[in-house]
Order: sequence, then C-alpha cells, then structure tokens
Amino acid sequence: MSEGDKKAVGVETIGMTMRFGGFTALDTVSIKVPAGSFHALLGENGAGKSTLVKCMMGFYHPTAGDILVEGREVSVTSPRDASAFGLGMVYQHFTLVPSLTGAENLVISREKVPGIIDWRQERADLADFMQRMPFKLPLDVKVAELAAGEKQKLEIVKQLYLGRNFLVLDEPTSVLTPGEAQEVLGLVRGMTKAGDLTVLMISHKFHEVTAFADDVSVLRKGKLTGTGRVADLDHKAMAGMMIGDQPITALDSRALTKPDADLVLKVTSLKAPDRTGLKSIRIDDLGVRSGEIVGIAGISGNGQKEFLEVLAGQRARDGGAVLVKGSPYASSRTEARTLNVRLIPEEPLKNACAPRMTVAENIAFRTFDIDGNGKPVNWINTSGIKSFAASLVEQFKVKTASLASPISSLSGGNVQRAVLARELTGEVDLLIVSNPCFGLDFSAVAEIRARIMRARNSGAAVLLMSEDLDELLELSDRIFVMSDGALVYETPIAQASVQTIGEHMAGHH
Amino acid sequence: MAETVSNADVPMFGVRGYPAALERVARRAEAFVIPVAALIVGMAIFSLFILAVGKSPLQLYEVMWRGGFGSWFSIQNSLSRAAPLLLAALCVALPARLGLVVIGGEGAIVLGGVAAAAAAMAFNGAPSFIVILVMGVAGMAAGGIWIGAVGALRHYRAVNETISSLLMAYIAIALMNQLVEGPLRDPASLNKPSTQPLAEAYRIGNIPGMEVHWGIVVGIVACVLSWVLIEKTRWGFAARIAGGNVKAAQVQGLAVGPLIVGFTALAGGFAGVAGMLEVAAVQGSANASLAAGYGYTGILVAFLARHNPLAIIPVAFLLGGIEASGGLIQRRMDLPDATVLVLQGMLFIVILFSETFYGRFKAFNPDLWKRSDHLKRIA
Repeated sequence: MSEGDKKAVGVETIGMTMRFGGFTALDTVSIKVPAGSFHALLGENGAGKSTLVKCMMGFYHPTAGDILVEGREVSVTSPRDASAFGLGMVYQHFTLVPSLTGAENLVISREKVPGIIDWRQERADLADFMQRMPFKLPLDVKVAELAAGEKQKLEIVKQLYLGRNFLVLDEPTSVLTPGEAQEVLGLVRGMTKAGDLTVLMISHKFHEVTAFADDVSVLRKGKLTGTGRVADLDHKAMAGMMIGDQPITALDSRALTKPDADLVLKVTSLKAPDRTGLKSIRIDDLGVRSGEIVGIAGISGNGQKEFLEVLAGQRARDGGAVLVKGSPYASSRTEARTLNVRLIPEEPLKNACAPRMTVAENIAFRTFDIDGNGKPVNWINTSGIKSFAASLVEQFKVKTASLASPISSLSGGNVQRAVLARELTGEVDLLIVSNPCFGLDFSAVAEIRARIMRARNSGAAVLLMSEDLDELLELSDRIFVMSDGALVYETPIAQASVQTIGEHMAGHH
Repeated sequence: MAETVSNADVPMFGVRGYPAALERVARRAEAFVIPVAALIVGMAIFSLFILAVGKSPLQLYEVMWRGGFGSWFSIQNSLSRAAPLLLAALCVALPARLGLVVIGGEGAIVLGGVAAAAAAMAFNGAPSFIVILVMGVAGMAAGGIWIGAVGALRHYRAVNETISSLLMAYIAIALMNQLVEGPLRDPASLNKPSTQPLAEAYRIGNIPGMEVHWGIVVGIVACVLSWVLIEKTRWGFAARIAGGNVKAAQVQGLAVGPLIVGFTALAGGFAGVAGMLEVAAVQGSANASLAAGYGYTGILVAFLARHNPLAIIPVAFLLGGIEASGGLIQRRMDLPDATVLVLQGMLFIVILFSETFYGRFKAFNPDLWKRSDHLKRIA
C-alpha cells in the first residue's frame, strides 16, 4: 500500500523533563510507542500531555531527556527536525485555509513549493496519492464546505501527504459527531494495523481509548502514573491513574420531576438571524419545567450560540415569544431579577466576567445595585461587596490568591466556580447554561455538574446546551438535538440512544 | 491539584503570608510608578532631541521648571492653563472607562464656547449669576450632545468612536467658524471675527488673591465628582463592567446603550464647560482661539492619569506647567515655541508604550508572589 521507504516509525522518550522556572511541568517521563501501534495519552488539563508532545515535536526544548526514533537517539530542536524524522501533529482545531480547496491546502502546505505551480501535474500526483489512502475525500471542494469529519480526515491526510508517518492526534474527535469520530478513528486504526502509521492520541474519552488504542500512558501532575495494554485496564483503573486518590464530588441522585411541575421557560415560534445574517434559527416549541434539565445537543455552529444570545438579550429576534413563568421575557436586569433567571454562557472569562476587575467585583456583578432586601441602591457598598465575595469564595471553594486579584489570574475551573457562585446564590427558578465544563479538569467537572444537578433538585428549571454528549446524557431529563438552526429531535433520557442522537446531529434525517 | 487542596490554606482577604496593607500598596503603586517612569524616559529621549539641535537639555529643564513651577507667578500661570485641561481630560477618561477611545474633545470645547456666547447674547440684561449659569448649561448641553452623538453612533450603528469623534471635531470647528463669521459675528470685530464681547458683569473673574480664574475650581470639582461617579455609584460600577467586557454586561441585563450615551454625553458636557470657561473667563467672546488644542492635550493628560479622574488633577497641572514654559523656552533658549509640543508628542508615545508593562512586574503583582506554589497547585 505505502511506498517502501515510508513505513511507520516508532518513537520513544526517555526521562523527558521540562521545567519552566521553578515549576516542573514534566518529570522524567518515558513512554514507548512502537512502529505501527496506536497509543493513547491520557491525563487531565495541565497534567503535562501537551508539554510532552510539544517536546517531541520540537516546539519545546526539554530540560533533560532523549528522543529515540526507530531506536536511534535523535536531536529534535525544531518542528522542521521533527518533520524530517516523519513526526507530525494534528491539532484539536483545524489549521486548514477555509477558502481554498483540499488540493490547494495540501500543495501549499509542502515545505518546498515551486514559484509556479503546475496544477495539472499536482492534481495527477494527488489523485495517485489518494489512491493509496483509505480516506475518501473530495479534494476539489473548498474546505469551508466540508463537514467537520471530512476536515479532520483532510488534516490527517495532509500529515501523511507531507510524509509524516508518526502522528500525534490532539483530541481529534472533540469537534466530531459520534458517527464521524467512529469513522475517522476506525480508518486511522486500519492504517496502524497495516503498519503504515503510528499514532499517539491525546484523549480524555475512555471509550475511544478502549475501542481503538493498543496501549495507554497516563500522566498526572507531570509524572507518568501508569502505562500498559489497554486490554488489561478498565475505565476505573485508568481514571484512578489520571486523578489519583482525590475525592470526586458525587452527583446528587436525581429527584423525580413531578409531571405537573410548573412550566418555567416556554419558547414558541422564535426566529432570529444567525451570525452570517443569511440563515435564521427557529425554535418552534420548547418548554422547560421546574425540576428538570433539558439538554440541547448539537455540533458547534448549528445555532446554539445564537439561541443563547437571544435568551441573553444580546441578539435581536425577528419574532416569536419567550415566556418565563408565563410573563414575556426580554432579558432585562429587572426581569431577570424578579423572575429569578440566571444565565451562564460558555467560556465564562470571555463571556461573563470583566477580566481585569477583581474577583470580589466580578462576584458582585449581579447584586451590586441592590441592598440585602433587594431594594435598588445608588451607592456602592465596597465592604459589603468584599464580605459577600468572601463568603461565596469559601462556600464554592474558589481558589484565589486574594479577593483583590484580577479574575483573569484564576485558573479556568476557579473562574467557573466564581461565576457559579455568583449565579447560583439565592433563589433560582430558571438556569440557562452553555458548555459549563468546557476545558475543565476531572474534579472541577464533577463538582460543577453536581451543582447543576443540585439546582435542578431544588426546583430550578435548567436548560443545558452542550457539545459534550456524555455530559448531556449524564445530566439531562430530556434531550433535544439542534441542527441547522432548529430543534430536530427530542427524546426522554430513558430512551436516548447515542446512535440516534448522533444521526440527528449530523443532519441525516 | 488546586481543586482538591483543602480550603484552609486559602486566605480570604490577602495573599498568604503578606499583610493585606502591603498587597494593597503594591497593587496601587503600579499605576503610579509606571507613568512616572514613562515620564522620565520620555524626557530622556527628548533630551537627545535637544542635544541634536545643539542645546543643553539640563538648561532646558531648568528653564522649563522656572517657567512652569519655579515661582508663584509661574505656578499661577500653570494653574490657569490646567483648568481647561482638567475638563478636556475628563472628556477622554470617562468614555475610556467604558472601553471607548474618544479623541475629539476639541469639538465639544469649541461648540461649548460658541453655545455659551450665544446664550449670553440671548440673555443679555439678566442678572449676572443667571447669565453665567445659563452659559454653563448651554456649553455643557452643546458639548454633551456632540460627544453623546459619538457614543450613540458607536453603540447603535457600530461607528468607530475614535474616528467619528475626531472627524466631528473638524465639523465642530467649521461650524464655529461659520457661526462667528456669520450670524453670531460682532460687526465691530474686524481682523478676528468674534461674537459680541461679554459685558464685564458676565465675566468669570479670578479667585481672590490669585491671578487664576475660577475655572480651576470647576475643573477640580468635576474631577472629584467623576471619581465618585465611577468608583462609588451603581452607574459607575455598571460602566466599569461594560468597559471591562461588554458581553458580560449584556448577560447581566445592564442597559449598555444608555450607559454609553450617558457617559459620553457627560464627558462631552465637561469639555463644553471648558469652552464656556474659555469664553467667560479668558477670551470674553467666542472666536477661533477656542480651538487652541486643549482637547488634544487633554488626551495626553487622561492617558498619563490612566483615566483616573483624581490623578488627572496633578497631571493637568504638570502639563499646564510644561505648556506655560513654552514662551520662556523660546525667549531664553532661542528654541521655537513648538518645542513643548515635541516634548508632549514624545511623552505620549512613551506613555502608550508603557501600557504594555502593566502586570509584568512581580513587585506590583501580589498574584505572582506565590506563583511557584500556585503553579504547583494548579498543575
């Protein structure tokens, strides 16, 4: 299948160590990825996974340690060196030029491109090359028109086209539907089995690791905490290596939703323009009852963001009604306050905080203009803001150097905790949340999900938009699928199947 | 792992192991030390310029000191020049707290002056305190509408406020010329078209015992009130949220549009009062001298003060002094009057450059004091 000299290569790191100042990001990590194997690298955010692969790719110069390619010690001091040894990396986010076709993207990515490109010759060469690939891709279509799964395949094909036969895949399925993920990883798996490719995949999805990888290595706090055959390890053992013996917040058991519970949020025939202004989103009928979590699944970019912006009052609507507890809701501060509506957008530092204001001030955003009895006040009570923040910081375990620190100095999990502290204090009747756990580590995720469940159990109606299907399956009572601007499918959690939801996400219905 | 360390080691009010007072001083010192350092660097670079034209920088700074701050006479001169700078700087600083860069205060000053002169003509004959009050209101309204329109264009039509305020300043100057050479012109003003001179009774005089008019008091009061507005009231807090992150303000249901229009209108109003003071206390009538560049120097003052209304007070005095020394520099050192403009320009570039240093110095950033620990915990 492959050219004789382009067989998969094996890579090994020995005692890889990386220090940034006094901080050790990577502590004598040795992993071995033999030629033609599919190796998974597990670990929480900040465990050192990226540092390790960046050392292997020549982006970082490790403080100590060696890299062996095909058993020979080599010096990789730049990405160019890595490429020469056949090492390549596929990033979590796409690096293709959207306005160019697949073929154009491939040709311009070469290190040496002639000043004048003979496209006829190139196309012929590409067709020849694609013959040898298991991936079937339309190369004459602009990348912008490709589906996410096809783009991911093109990213992988690009690496192979550049002659790289050892690939690092950084969370390759995070933007794919379950079906697409299955297909892409299946094809990659096939190539490793045939001995054409070696793969090191960064992941945090255990089921992917179990289904596709031969071996797994687990990092925690910069140290290798476990490695072995995937066949010998269950999810529990891998989780143990990843997070150690730290306690994980347990989810409250799900209190039964009363069938006659009040309808808190009611959206009917809502229409709004999308970001491009060319299409529109339309929500025909959506209701969320007190004490239930309604999840909205969908691939990013199918109108979830616009829907949230309408609910947040950031986007004008063309028509339709949003009712909260029966009264029209236009997202003003007064309405949100009297109806007890809370909205937590994704990436809270970017969307719900003023990064340079202090932790205490950020926690006061919702309450700075009222006194203890909810009466409007004109003067800011600085000491009141501080003591309020101090009690919430303690209650929600926000780790901050000081209340006077700018909130941007906090870690992602702690920013999210501070925002949850602000929004979940007091009475909550309607909670609207979007991707609450994006980019957070294991224990923060567990704790934040537990808080959402607790809010539900104490009677809040929760609308949860998430790109993480596992999160929706864990938390929701009902799941909707949003595709192409509309809610196309609804299922109660008891009957939810990943397969069916995935098909609707991909718009196959 | 940060998330699992017991909460006991996280202090509630300060960085662990350091007194809260030290932390507070460190955080505040940054906004003082960096601009002062930038001033010194700017003056050092300016010295090279002076050396290049064959003069002694030391002598220049000595003359500058004498011309601006060295005697009671020069201090009074500097204070007089500081008065419009205080108000012009507020026209930059207030919108800046909302994240807007408004550089067209000159237009509001000019129109404020014309409106005040027109109001005085309309109310000619009324008691003097009423006329002065009406002039102030007219100046404030004219400036407020002008810069408020910039804010409204920004929020409702997404027009870049920096560009629109600058272009509107040119329109304002043209409008003033049209008015003082046309309908509002005093026929007696021959080589410098002006409005009718104010009657002596309608002029704003000097503070008793000083050669400084009351404008300096108006400016200082405006700065103090602006500081109270921003730091102590709900509107100021809301403006800081919107300035820090407009998306966060919208999610909180804050009325961002009215905040922007309100703050820009108030800012323009202050600049309008500066124009009114120029008419009522300095020129005695509205004419082309209103466009004297105070609006532009005000930009420098506001940036040097980091848009803190209280810091504007000393900075305006400093810049007023530098401007006041221009004449003496010309006479003593045989350098052009515009030399101080070169200094101002260099200072401005260095100040803008110094913005990149905030948050970089460990001494000013208590969040870094335990950084290695902190990193260990979050990693």
